[in-house]
Amino acid sequence: MDYGHSDRPAGATPLPTAIKILVAGGFGVGKTTMVGAVSETRPLRTEEVLTESGVGIDDLSGVEGKTTTTVAMDFGRITISDDLVLYLFGTPGQDRFWFVWDELALGAIGAVVLADTRRLADCFPSIDYFEGRGTPFVVAVNCFQGARAYRLDEVQAALNLDPGVPVLLCDARQRESSKEVLVTLMEHAMKTREARRRAASGD
Amino acid sequence: MTVQGESADHQWVDDHAGPVVRPYAVTRGRARPVTGTFDLISLVTATRAEVTPEVGLGPEHLAIVGLCQRIQSVAEIAAHLDLPVGTIRVLLGDLAARSLVQVREPQTTAGLPDNSIFEAVINGLRAL
Repeated sequence: MDYGHSDRPAGATPLPTAIKILVAGGFGVGKTTMVGAVSETRPLRTEEVLTESGVGIDDLSGVEGKTTTTVAMDFGRITISDDLVLYLFGTPGQDRFWFVWDELALGAIGAVVLADTRRLADCFPSIDYFEGRGTPFVVAVNCFQGARAYRLDEVQAALNLDPGVPVLLCDARQRESSKEVLVTLMEHAMKTREARRRAASGD
Repeated sequence: MTVQGESADHQWVDDHAGPVVRPYAVTRGRARPVTGTFDLISLVTATRAEVTPEVGLGPEHLAIVGLCQRIQSVAEIAAHLDLPVGTIRVLLGDLAARSLVQVREPQTTAGLPDNSIFEAVINGLRAL
C-alpha cells in the first residue's frame, strides 16, 4: 500500500481505480472479523451522522433540533496493484439503517452475506436486499464452534436461494478462508455480468 | 465552545453556522460540499506537498491535505480524522474548489469495459 511518493509531480498522479465489496449479515455474525482477516490494515471505522427520520444522508440543513443517530461502518482495504484498490465494507447490522445500505450498495461489485446456522433468519433481510437490487452475492456460512453442521444444499434450500447463488462454508477469522469467499464472489460477479450482457444483447 | 487564534477566528463569524456543535462547526454549518459528490471510495490525493493556512481553510482542511500526500479514499480520510463522512465531503469540496486535491470517482460495475478488473482482483486476492 505504499503510495507515498513525495517526489511525484503535483497533480499529475494517475489515481488508481477503487472498487468495493460489501460484507453483510446479521448482528454478531462476523462481518468485521472477515473484513479484518483479509484487510491489509486493521479495520477502520467511519461514521455517518443521520437524523432519526433518515431523510437524506447528508441533508442536515434546518434539522438542528432533531435527534441524530450515528451509524458506524467498519471497512478494510486490499491494495491489488498500483492501479487497483479493493475496499471491503461491513454493512450496519440494524434493519433501520437500510438507507445507509443504498449508498454502500451503489457501485458495489458484489456482496458476501455471512450466515450463522444457529440464527439463519438473521441473514434473510440481506439476501432480500441484494436480490432486489440485483447485486451479485454469495452466502458464506461462518462455522462457529458448537453450531450444528448443515450440508450446503440444506442451507441453500432453507434460504430458498436461486440455484446459481454460490453457498460455501468459511471461517471468517481465517485469512485463507475469507480470501476464498471473496474469490468465489468475484467469479460469481463476473459470470453474472457476462450473463446480463448476453441477455441484453439478445444472444 | 470558543476558539481563539487568528487562523481560526474567521470560522466562527458566519451567521449560518448555527449552534456550535462539532462536527458541523467544522464545516461552518454547511451540509453539502460546494462541488463534487465524493463517494465513500472516491480516491483523493493532494496536489501540493503543503498548504499554508489561508482564509477559508481550517485545521481540518490542512489535515486532509497532509493525509492525502498518500492516496486515500473518502472513507479512510473520515476514519483517520475521526469525523463523519458528511463533514469530510464538505471539506473536500472546499479543497477541490481550490484545486488542492485531485479526486477520482469510482467506476460502476456496468461501466467497466471488460472483465480485466475482475480478473485482476481474483489474481490479486489469490496472491495475497
